[in-house]
Amino acid sequence: MPRPLDETDESPGASGFRTLLYKEVLRFWKVSFQTIAAPVLTGVLYLLVFGHVLEAHVEAFPGVSYTAFLVPGLVMMSVLQNAFANSSSSLIQSKITGNLVFVLLPPISHAEFFGAYVIASVVRGLVVGAGVFAVTVWFAPPGIRAPLWIVAFGFGGAALLGVLGLIAGIVSDKFDQLAAFQNFIIMPATFLSGVFYSVKGLPPFWLAVSHLNPFFYMIDGFRYGFFAQSDVNPWVSLAVVASALALVSAIALRMLANGYKIRN
Amino acid sequence: MSSAAIQVVDLRKTYPGVVALDNVSLRIEPGEFFGLLGPNGAGKTTLISIVAGLTRATSGRALVHGHDVVDDYRAARRALGVVPQELVFDPFFTVRETLRIQSGYFGLHRNDDWIDEVIANLDLTGKADANMRSLSGGMKRRVLVAQALVHRPPVIVLDEPTAGVDVELRQTLWQFVRGLNRKGHTIVLTTHYLEEAQELCGRIAMLKGGRVIALDRTRSLLRQLSGLRMSMRVTGELPAAVASHVAEQTGEHVVLRLSGVAEVEPTLALLRQAGCAIEDLEVAHADLEDVFLQLMSEGRERIAA
Repeated sequence: MPRPLDETDESPGASGFRTLLYKEVLRFWKVSFQTIAAPVLTGVLYLLVFGHVLEAHVEAFPGVSYTAFLVPGLVMMSVLQNAFANSSSSLIQSKITGNLVFVLLPPISHAEFFGAYVIASVVRGLVVGAGVFAVTVWFAPPGIRAPLWIVAFGFGGAALLGVLGLIAGIVSDKFDQLAAFQNFIIMPATFLSGVFYSVKGLPPFWLAVSHLNPFFYMIDGFRYGFFAQSDVNPWVSLAVVASALALVSAIALRMLANGYKIRN
Repeated sequence: MSSAAIQVVDLRKTYPGVVALDNVSLRIEPGEFFGLLGPNGAGKTTLISIVAGLTRATSGRALVHGHDVVDDYRAARRALGVVPQELVFDPFFTVRETLRIQSGYFGLHRNDDWIDEVIANLDLTGKADANMRSLSGGMKRRVLVAQALVHRPPVIVLDEPTAGVDVELRQTLWQFVRGLNRKGHTIVLTTHYLEEAQELCGRIAMLKGGRVIALDRTRSLLRQLSGLRMSMRVTGELPAAVASHVAEQTGEHVVLRLSGVAEVEPTLALLRQAGCAIEDLEVAHADLEDVFLQLMSEGRERIAA
C-alpha cells in the first residue's frame, strides 16, 4: 500500500514555505528585464527630467540640492510600487490562469502563504530600490546620515505594499480591477506623498491631506535616513507605518484563513 | 475499522440560490478504482474540490485516510493527489522545474529520483527541460498527472482526465492509471466517457442535482438495471408486441430493449411468426450509457446497501 513519501524519506514536518518563496522570487527574477531593469530606468528618467527642470528653482531642504533631495524619494517610490506589483500581479495571474490550484492543493498554511508572497515582494522592492539608487547616486549623491532609518522604512514600506498587493490580488477578479487599484489608489498616493516636493511648502488643506496619506510617512522617514531632515518626526512616521502594516497584515491573514475568494 | 481512503459525511454545499451538493455521503475504500459520474452541474467537481480543500463545504465533513480536510488539512492533503480538468500550468517554468516546485510545496526537497521516474513513466523525458508553454495539450496533460504524483499520494483523483484527448493518449493514460491502481493507489475518476468508467471502475457513484442517485459495483449496475440490448437488421413490419420494445430505429436497423435473457426467444419467435426476416443480430448487456440515461431520466435511485 503506497504511503505518502514524507512518512518515510524526509522530515514529516517539512513545509512548502521555502519552495513557495523560492518560486515567487524566481518568477520575477526570470523576467528581470521587465521587473527590475525597466523600473530602474523609469526611476532614472524621473530624476533626469525633474532634476533638470527644477534643480535651479527649488530647494526642498536647506543645504540640499533638489536632485539630491529627489534621489531617496525616487528610490522609495520604486520600492513601494514594485513590492505592490509583485504580489498583486503574481496572485491575479495565478487566479486567472488557474495555476493557483497548485499552491492550494499542498499542505501550505495561510500564514506560510502570506509570508512567502510578502517576503518575495519585499525582495523585489528592495532589489529595484537598490538598482535605482545605484544608478541615480551618480547624478547627485545624497549622503547617508542615519542608515538604520533607511533600513527600517525600506523594509517596512516594502512589506506594507507587499501586503496591500496581496489583498488587491485576492480581491480582484480581473486584471481591470487590479489596474484600477493600481492607477487610482497606489499611483496617486505615491505621487502625492512628497517624492517630488517637501510638503511644508503646500497650502494648509493639501498639507492636511498629505498627513492622511500613509505613503507620505514612508517617504519622509526614509528620506530622514539620508539627510537627517524631515517634515515629520521619524518616530511618528515609524509608528504610522508599523500600525498600518499590522492592520493590513491582520486583514490579509483573515482573508486567507477564511479562504475569501480563493477557497470560496 | 480501518480508515476509508475518502469519506464524506452529509456533505452540503450551497451557493446563493443553488444547492451544489445536497447532503452527500460516500465511502471509498483504499485500493478501489472508483468512478464519479453525472451530468454537468451534478456536483462532481464540487465534491472533489471540497475533498481537496479547494472549496469549503457549507456543512458536513470530508476525510482523506481518516484526516479531516479542514481540521487536519496537512495530513489530508499529503495523502491526496489531484489532476485538475483544465490544462493549467505556470508559463515561467520548464517541466522539471514545475515538478521540483510542486514537490517542494509538499516539503520534499530531495525528490529528484522519483521525479525522474515519473517523467520516464509518463514519457516526458524528451521534454523535461522544455518550457511548459511549448508543450502540446497531450503533454501538458501528462505533466498534470506527474504533478499529482510527486508526493506519492495513496489517493489520486482525476477530473475528466481524457477529455479532448486523442485515442492513443487515452489508452496510454488508462494503462498508466491502471498500473497505479495495481500498485495499491486508490483512484477516483470523474468522467463523461461512460465507456471509460465501465472499462476502468470497479464501483461507481452517479450524481444528479447534487445527490447520489446510484452507488454500486459497476457489474451490478449493469446487470440489474438495464437488461439486454438486441440490435438487428430486420425487414418486414414489426408486430406490435415487439414494436413496444424498440429503443432506436433507423430504416431496417432496429435496437430493442429487453428486460432479460428470457425475452430473447419469444421475441425472435414473434418476429418469425410475423414474417420478418432477420439479416443481422447482436445481443449484448446494456452498457453504462443505458444505465446512466435511464437513471437520469427516470429519477430512480439505486443505492447498494
